[in-house]
Amino acid sequence: MFRKVLQSCARTGLRFQGTKASPASSSARAAQGGFSFELTDQQKEFQELARKFAREEIIPAASNYDKSGEYPFPLIKRVWELGLMNSHIPDSCGGMGLGIFDACLITEELAYGCTGVQTAIEANSLGQMPVIIAGTDMQKKKYLGRMTEEPLMCAYCVTEPGAGSDVAGIKTWAEKKGNEYIINGQKMWITNGGKANWYFLLARTDADSKSPAGKAFTGFIVDADTPGIQLGRKEMNMGQRCSDTRGITFEDVRVPAENVLIGEGAGFKVAMGAFDKTRPPVAAGATGLAQRALDEATKYSMERKTFGRFLAEHQAIAFLLAEMAMKVELARMAYQRSAWEVDEGRRNTFYASIAKAFAGDIANQVASDAVQIFGGNGFNSEYPVEKLMRDAKIYQIYEGTAQIQRLIISREHLAKYKN
Amino acid sequence: MAARVLVGVKRVIDYAVKVRVKPDNTGVVTDGVKHSMNPFCEIAVEEAVKLKEKQLVKEVVAVSCGPQQVQETIRTALAMGADRGIHVEVSGKDYDALGPLQVSKIMAALAKKEEANLIILGKQAIDDDCNQTGQMTAALLDWPQGTFASEVVLEGDKLKVVREVDGGLETVKLDMPAVVTADLRLNTPRYATLPNIMKAKKKKISVVKPGDLGVDVASRLEVLRVEEPPQRKAGVKVETVEDLVSKLKEGGRI
Repeated sequence: MFRKVLQSCARTGLRFQGTKASPASSSARAAQGGFSFELTDQQKEFQELARKFAREEIIPAASNYDKSGEYPFPLIKRVWELGLMNSHIPDSCGGMGLGIFDACLITEELAYGCTGVQTAIEANSLGQMPVIIAGTDMQKKKYLGRMTEEPLMCAYCVTEPGAGSDVAGIKTWAEKKGNEYIINGQKMWITNGGKANWYFLLARTDADSKSPAGKAFTGFIVDADTPGIQLGRKEMNMGQRCSDTRGITFEDVRVPAENVLIGEGAGFKVAMGAFDKTRPPVAAGATGLAQRALDEATKYSMERKTFGRFLAEHQAIAFLLAEMAMKVELARMAYQRSAWEVDEGRRNTFYASIAKAFAGDIANQVASDAVQIFGGNGFNSEYPVEKLMRDAKIYQIYEGTAQIQRLIISREHLAKYKN
Repeated sequence: MAARVLVGVKRVIDYAVKVRVKPDNTGVVTDGVKHSMNPFCEIAVEEAVKLKEKQLVKEVVAVSCGPQQVQETIRTALAMGADRGIHVEVSGKDYDALGPLQVSKIMAALAKKEEANLIILGKQAIDDDCNQTGQMTAALLDWPQGTFASEVVLEGDKLKVVREVDGGLETVKLDMPAVVTADLRLNTPRYATLPNIMKAKKKKISVVKPGDLGVDVASRLEVLRVEEPPQRKAGVKVETVEDLVSKLKEGGRI
């Protein structure tokens, strides 16, 4: 009997939505304000659209893109056509001006399909965010407007071969000459590096090595076709292999002064400010991957038998699945809270770091457990879970490493107790 | 130029869900189960929107009969490109008993009220598989019908419909106004885009009751019992062809 109920849930192929409370009572409570986990009808429709697209178009193509490493431009173009991309762009620039929460809902669903595809899309949001939060109207119209007119990509160029977590240690140098800046340096691990139409670039403008980070760097918008930009080769990575990641060399690249964000010296703040808005979606992506791993492992455990019973009927497996489910639910709540906080207009750094750190860690654990449940089959490329385990690792590294997140969380946490 | 197309959309249990019979055998479990637009209705909406994009029709009106929740289904049609919606409110026991005869009476009444010259429906719903509403609607209105359509071409005030029938394909030419029912290969329904989902919120859904249209929704059918199909029994392996033949003879099969 128990098995029949489980089977009927799993065979939907979709996540079991859960029984709805009668619409009248929950909306009446919501109208009174106070804590609510309810999505609006529009949010549910967005989520449904992204979910349908991921299952019908991303999942069938994901394995091939992973094996070939080819950039999934046809998929990205479809995502762009459906309006599932560039959601943060304000409507004055032709975008939809959606909040971070709505973006996270979409991100989780697309990541469920393939995080390689999702990362390529997310890199757009990361590159655009400095312009959205700090750009002048002219800069926004010029560089965000074009993203809604055709499916273009952009990239966030901060990391260097010698400096990742230590952003203040970057060496790319921007020298002011008349009405321009001449930029020299090397960036590394730039997502969409080879496909971007423009970059957000962070470079040092203050020669004084004692100058504090908050004054020494400047953020620039750089057109990708500017002479002097040399793309490195596409890097072959462990996971998310269809995403385009490269080193980029800047040799006497001339950028007009009008492309500076806010002003000289304001770069560090702009670069870091973007993260409060992009970490929740990255956490959502990790959650999507974890959910996928959980679904695949659960379905398998209800089909595969050992010692005369289904895997799911053995307590060791059932407990493993229970812990995986716990982690996925909590990761989801964490990213939703962090997205909600920033949409409410509050500084969400504490919550965003918690969400990203937690989701990144559990994605790795859940993916690894999923491989374990599949056993020997899980190790094999004919089954979907080994890809999930390879894809999950980067979630503990990019957008702020697991260790940097802990630094941020401890700092924020202790600050609360100091007063 | 056809002024107005009515498209019927039905809210049904999602095709991917495993349907379960209620313990009291009066029907299937619908509480908490995922519902969506009947796939053939999606194809119908897509065809209507395509006609509008070709500027062969002026307005596409999506219609659904049922309780409050069917408005979600109407919204999906609006997000695909329908201009406005009509929600015919039927709930409780009336909704449980609502079938093709009642819906076709409602569609016929609405077609007259809204001065529609084309009705496009899905060929059948995936929950009851009746395949009757389109045909009954045409009969009540005394309009021609093109059912199981795999291609629809509007030529002036005539409709050319290619129908999928058992023997192959049949082409018929209908005078408008007419009723068409959509079959699987008519088109591939579009995804609603995010901007269209947002725009759909502003489109109007008017609510009417069957009584307002002069329609009596009382059913002439009574459902006695709903059961799952019998469990598949195990087969029997035999050693020789002679054994097989004798077993088939025993079972009265030959």
